[in-house]
Amino acid sequence: MAGGGWSNEPYPPVDDAHRYYGGSTNPGQSTPPPSPERSSLVRPYAVTGGRTAARLQLAMEALVSSATSIHQDLSILTPERQAISSLCRQVRSVAEISALLRMPLGVVRVVVGDMAAEGLVHVHQPQLDAGKPDLNLLERVLSGLRRL
Amino acid sequence: MGKTTFVGAVSEIVPLTTEAVMTDASAGIDDVGLTPHKTTTTVAMDFGRVSLDQDLILYLFGTPGQHRFWFMWDDLVRGAIGAVVLVDTRRLADSFPAVDYFEEAQLPFVVGLNGFGGHHPHSENEVREALTLSSHVPVVRTDARNRDSVKGTLITLVEHALTMRVAVPDGNRA
Repeated sequence: MAGGGWSNEPYPPVDDAHRYYGGSTNPGQSTPPPSPERSSLVRPYAVTGGRTAARLQLAMEALVSSATSIHQDLSILTPERQAISSLCRQVRSVAEISALLRMPLGVVRVVVGDMAAEGLVHVHQPQLDAGKPDLNLLERVLSGLRRL
Repeated sequence: MGKTTFVGAVSEIVPLTTEAVMTDASAGIDDVGLTPHKTTTTVAMDFGRVSLDQDLILYLFGTPGQHRFWFMWDDLVRGAIGAVVLVDTRRLADSFPAVDYFEEAQLPFVVGLNGFGGHHPHSENEVREALTLSSHVPVVRTDARNRDSVKGTLITLVEHALTMRVAVPDGNRA
């Protein structure tokens, strides 16, 4: 496998505290089956204040890295923002954030867009030439694949 | 067919699943409004990643081929290098929508004949004719379970994308 640095590190285990939307919550408690409201997808957008449009046009493959330091107190942030800040200590794509935190893509886009605007994360968008990957990028991908 | 296997064959991570929400708008005229408590539908999409260099990561997204998932493709093709249409030669017709879509979107694509156990009941030419592919579209045999085979298919795709970029200026596609 080519490459190195952050890109080759394995995922740390994602603990259950991160899994806001991943099925059963409230461990150890005998709870009634989730009400229809809770199982619907309306709920995740509550964390965006109901907004579905992100500030940034974020590609699924756009890379996000945390701009907060490991010593910074994140407890003032909402749980979603804390989770994204911690997860993105290693560079992750928008799609990975969505999958690992079990948040729908649309929600991740809104929250990450806000966090970028507030300087909490850096976003690295793919370099495009009129909406397409530029020639230099294609050549790099090709030689990278050949080296695999 | 075999998308997740294909992605997993080269991905450095176990393929992850993300969910896209199909809203009423993207679902078109649908019966979601008739189902109480269900205003949206989610569609799972698997993806993997391949680190190609210190600062270069390739993401591979696998999406279902049917029409109703096109709303996700609109999102995916923006900035994409290209697509591999994985074809099960026993069910060629399943690939028609994907081929139509990528031709229309002018996204470079290759057709991968996914042969299980190296078994390919139809030749490349038969498939090319059945799908009425332009002569420049590569048709390759591939085995989604085999890393080298998948790698070779991706190399063919990127080579094809490069050829199209160099040979065919925008808006002048044959």
